[in-house]
Amino acid sequence: MNSYRVTHLKQLESEAIYILRETAAQFEKPGLLFSGGKDSIVMAHLARKAFWPARLPFPLLHVDTGHNFPETIEFRDRYVKEINADLTVALVQDSIDQGKAIEEKGIHASRNKLQTVTLLDAIEDCGFDACLGGGRRDEEKARAKERFFSHRDDFGQWDPKNQRPELWNIFNGRKHHGEHFRIFPLSNWTEMDVWQYLKLEDIELPNLYFAHDREVVRRSGTLLAVSDVVQPQADETTETLQVRFRTIGDMTCTGAVESDADTIDKVIQEVATARQTERGTRSDDKRSETAMEDRKREGYF
Amino acid sequence: MTEETDTQGYLDMDLLRFTTAGSVDDGKSTLIGRLLYDSKNLFEDQLEAVEESSRQRGDENVNLALLTDGLKAEREQGITIDVAYRYFATPKRKFIIADTPGHIQYTRNMVTGASTANLAIILVDARHGVIEQTCRHAFIADLLRIRHVVVAVNKMDLVDHSEEAFDKIVSQFKEFASRLDNIVDMTFIPISALNGDNVVDPSENMPWYEGTTLLYHLETVYIGSDQNHVEARFPVQWVIRPHSEKYHDFRGYGGRVAGGVFKPGDAITVQPSGFTSKIKSIESMDGPLEEAYAPLSTTITLEDEIDISRGDMIVKANNPPHKGQEIEAMICWFSDSKNLVGRSKFILRHTTKEVKAVVQEVRYKININTLHKVEDDLEFKLNDIGRIKLRTSGPLFYDSYKKNRVTGSFILIDEQSNETVAAGMIL
Ligand SMILES: Nc1nc2c(ncn2[C@@H]2O[C@H](COP(=O)(O)OP(=O)(O)O)[C@@H](O)[C@H]2O)c(=O)[nH]1
Ligand SMILES: [Mg+2]
Repeated sequence: MNSYRVTHLKQLESEAIYILRETAAQFEKPGLLFSGGKDSIVMAHLARKAFWPARLPFPLLHVDTGHNFPETIEFRDRYVKEINADLTVALVQDSIDQGKAIEEKGIHASRNKLQTVTLLDAIEDCGFDACLGGGRRDEEKARAKERFFSHRDDFGQWDPKNQRPELWNIFNGRKHHGEHFRIFPLSNWTEMDVWQYLKLEDIELPNLYFAHDREVVRRSGTLLAVSDVVQPQADETTETLQVRFRTIGDMTCTGAVESDADTIDKVIQEVATARQTERGTRSDDKRSETAMEDRKREGYF
Repeated sequence: MTEETDTQGYLDMDLLRFTTAGSVDDGKSTLIGRLLYDSKNLFEDQLEAVEESSRQRGDENVNLALLTDGLKAEREQGITIDVAYRYFATPKRKFIIADTPGHIQYTRNMVTGASTANLAIILVDARHGVIEQTCRHAFIADLLRIRHVVVAVNKMDLVDHSEEAFDKIVSQFKEFASRLDNIVDMTFIPISALNGDNVVDPSENMPWYEGTTLLYHLETVYIGSDQNHVEARFPVQWVIRPHSEKYHDFRGYGGRVAGGVFKPGDAITVQPSGFTSKIKSIESMDGPLEEAYAPLSTTITLEDEIDISRGDMIVKANNPPHKGQEIEAMICWFSDSKNLVGRSKFILRHTTKEVKAVVQEVRYKININTLHKVEDDLEFKLNDIGRIKLRTSGPLFYDSYKKNRVTGSFILIDEQSNETVAAGMIL
């Protein structure tokens, strides 16, 4: 007798594929935000499954701060080619050059906030009426309140207190002209689910996620990789440590963790025993208690 | 080597979705915090952040409630306003918690949280016993067809861990619940969320209690029969036509199985056209599959080329859904800016189909505290629950919500604002 059991990963996969298909069906021009990080790689993988054997029915969009790890960009370009998808790259540098975004100053300067300007412009330029993002509710407390289909007004803003209720698997993507949606197929996934799924599906990742030797500098309790955009100050020293990254964002704000997890099994073990959330390595979230909610209201991912 | 087997274990877990309901201050947020904390699903930086916030607010103890109350307004007011989703896992199961506010003004949030849940934890304050709110929460769980209910009698520490107090609440609740018919499994557990008694670890203060801890129950409760594996239903979401050289003639129907089991060779009917065919294959990127069942997302191809589009439903020939344009349903009204009255018009979304709908008749509302029918005031305001009759612009293919949560549910959308204004359960 078949018990028709469906494991948690299969349920999450089916839910995400369902959301991806709803997005394609309910919107005229969706785009998939692709950063080359593990969540967006999982999302692109799920999108391939959702529409296989057809190509993805929407392009990928990368908001490139110019402060990405070179490994991420190299991976991005190779991956996009491999899956035969269309990619649009929107550069934060362009927004700065056009005077729409102003670069922060000082050693803690980050282009993280500026991405919102570039993102909203790109959404308008590309004519997207929906953007698929890899955000997960377990990442951060404001994200925990996020809907699968998240409505944005015509300024791209999120109004967390006035969200549409979502029941069963019925999603309401109706909108007025100029409004758009952010859509989060991975809402119910945790960091652990993502890693388990990467293993189950044997999905390739940028090698930054695995332990390697790297020159780092310790700044405000965070290990930052030394690079063009992160140089040691007079009172700082650099050291070479075996590290890996739990999330991949800008080199200016993504901290490394010391680790010897150089295979996916070891990473899963490490995640299972981790005592810090993955965003604990992100200085952009530490700016204030409501940093994420504030950024999201303005139109951040 | 042991590492290898360990990580394999993670790939073979179940999923349980549950809601927590209770009145304000019954201890829902504390309980969730406790579950996360004692099952080691809480991270140091999360705990530090909560400790810091508790200090700033002048709370005496670490306020585990702050873990779930994520929005600025919620933290300022010290209450849960929206549905907050939380996740944790043990080696057996992954859990999705919908933490919903308990006050009557947030009935719609409770309904939302309950719509996807397999199980509801209803909190009762041991000092107050079963009160009006408890009955309301049980009624909502039953209305949304949650099969498994756990009545967690909390704050046992404040009634001297008394067996008598617990037993009294059990019988009060049972008496009320005899009026509800969807709940097939009721479990009563005496706990102290604050101190952790019977949450993850057995209580030393209540040796008289012989049942399992709350977490053990959540890990082991059998939910396999919650899905409908009898009536085969496949609402078509998206037609896959690659137009590539390799898959020139490929025509697949993407969707999520809403009920029953589909296998290659099965005789099917397509609604609404009534065309019949056979399933040729069940496709996936990893190769063809032998079968597909709820709630899997999959792609079906048919032997014959027939015209099928989004909103159609593939069903087994011998077991069709109801077909009709007049629908009797229970609804919960969500809008605070508009009310529902007879003749109100909406957009109705049911599975992957959208039609127009008009309210033909408002039958009654339910006073959700007394469960009495209200027949003199038939205007639905925010959070009102009751029964209506709708007529739709085109036929729907549906089952009763009792039989199938997917093909038996719908939402109503306001045409002007595009807001979701009601949730409906077909009778
Ligand atoms: N004595 C005692 N107090 C509790 C218990 N559980 C929760 N509380 C307290 O009850 C108050 C309300 O708890 P909270 O979790 O915010 O309730 P919610 O409104 O249901 O989320 C807080 O002060 C808690 O510390 C318990 O088991 N025993
Ligand atoms: Mg609360």
